[in-house]
Amino acid sequence: MIRLRRLTKVFAGQAGAAVDDLTLDVAAGETCVLIGPSGCGKTTTMRMINRLIEPTRGTIEVDGRDVAKADPVELRRRIGYVIQQVGLFPHMTIADNVATVPRLLGWTPARLEARVDEMLALVGLDPASFRRRYPRELSGGQRQRVGVARALAGDPPVMLMDEPFGAVDPITRARLQNELLKILAAVGKTVVFVTHDVDEAIRMGDRIAILRDGRLVQHGTPVEILVRPADPFVEEFVGADRALKRLGLVAVPDVMAPGAGGAAKGSPTVSLHTSALGALPALLAAPDGAVTVVDAAGRPVGRLSFADVQRVLTDESPG
Amino acid sequence: MTLLGAAVDYIAQNPRLFREALVTHLLLSGSALLVAAAVGIPLGAAVTRRPRAAFVALNGVNVARTIPSLAVLAFMLPFLGIGFLPSFLALAILGLPPIVTNTWVGIRQVDPDAVESARGMGMTGSQVLRRVELPIAVPVILAGVRTSAVQIVAGATLAAFIGGGGLGDFITTGIGMMQVELLLVGAIPVTALAIATELGFSLLERALTPRGMRES
Repeated sequence: MIRLRRLTKVFAGQAGAAVDDLTLDVAAGETCVLIGPSGCGKTTTMRMINRLIEPTRGTIEVDGRDVAKADPVELRRRIGYVIQQVGLFPHMTIADNVATVPRLLGWTPARLEARVDEMLALVGLDPASFRRRYPRELSGGQRQRVGVARALAGDPPVMLMDEPFGAVDPITRARLQNELLKILAAVGKTVVFVTHDVDEAIRMGDRIAILRDGRLVQHGTPVEILVRPADPFVEEFVGADRALKRLGLVAVPDVMAPGAGGAAKGSPTVSLHTSALGALPALLAAPDGAVTVVDAAGRPVGRLSFADVQRVLTDESPG
Repeated sequence: MTLLGAAVDYIAQNPRLFREALVTHLLLSGSALLVAAAVGIPLGAAVTRRPRAAFVALNGVNVARTIPSLAVLAFMLPFLGIGFLPSFLALAILGLPPIVTNTWVGIRQVDPDAVESARGMGMTGSQVLRRVELPIAVPVILAGVRTSAVQIVAGATLAAFIGGGGLGDFITTGIGMMQVELLLVGAIPVTALAIATELGFSLLERALTPRGMRES
């Protein structure tokens, strides 16, 4: 869907390249997270995709078409764009903000209005109470939701998101991340997502591209990157607790021993819908190093032991 | 009080003369303001994307601002002679600096993220200007227009020196003939006009500020 080929950007008056010979593919429907320390070129890379920045060398294809040959204005209307500070228009109502791209595309008022309501509902804002409000009447989290609704309104096949949740508090961020995952699962977009937060990358990304000094250091699934960091830089970047992060990606049902029997009386329980990481505290507290896994109704469906969890970490095959 | 009474008497006795002077004054100020805005707002907006042009334009109008109003009027004399036209042109030039400066400042202070997202969503340069930058800058631009309007209304008094007419006629005649009541026939309405202009534009500014940006 998105193909970057030997992409290079050298800014005038700067010694090194901001983006250096970057080749990267993002498959249709996939969320690719660009991550790295500040100045690694992740935002520059993203802004070259919708031509807010022109590359020095290299090519970018979106949906099989070379973006350099497209009209930038036309191109951007088909690429959703969300930035950290949202950039809502303060003089427009929420409805008018969300309607920006459909209006540029010349949609009829009826279709436009329906789309605005649909988008607001999608991001969890009641259209009836938010349509006519203004950005400054909203909280930071609500503004971010409007930003996402606005980017989705023109139904673009591709979305670019530059640290979209960087400016909201951690609790709101976690909620917005989960909701975005649900929305993306429902609408099926190809997403390039920039962040400097490793946990966010692991949570949001189907694949993660780690950049350093404009170069691609590693590109892989979150599990691949956690299990086999390409070099000491990546290893340090993902953090000393990468084993724990790895456990966070494993669902309990995938590693437990299924079966209702064998549960010791009074054994601690964990929910079927948690991760191996989430089950860890209960395991630590369990006298015999094993807990009973229960479903939503509290019925036992399996047992999870320390050995099961350890197997995840010793099993080097990613995925 | 007797002076004031005499001034009122004069107006009552010469209603046509007073009305003519008032109408000329308003016409002169109004048309000069209109032209200053029609030139100043596009000029201020045009230079926001061209730093070098902005440097020239802003410094140009600021230098112009330091020239005393009377001198601006006097400069017109050798080129355009006397009467309405040179007075009108001089006043339009006098009103230009605050409008150009405020338009530029108003657009420059628009949240860069709003502009970035507008471009990123596929607005053309002129769409960004018309749909985002100008509406957001409206309060600041109007503040410039207000300053300019007050300067023009007050400055129009000086048009009397180059035969432009207006309420200044009473003032210059009053001074020339040492008739203080005649001087007041010009001075009081001009003052009232300037204050009314200030208040009127303040109200307009509030009314035209987009709802989402009003201070509660």
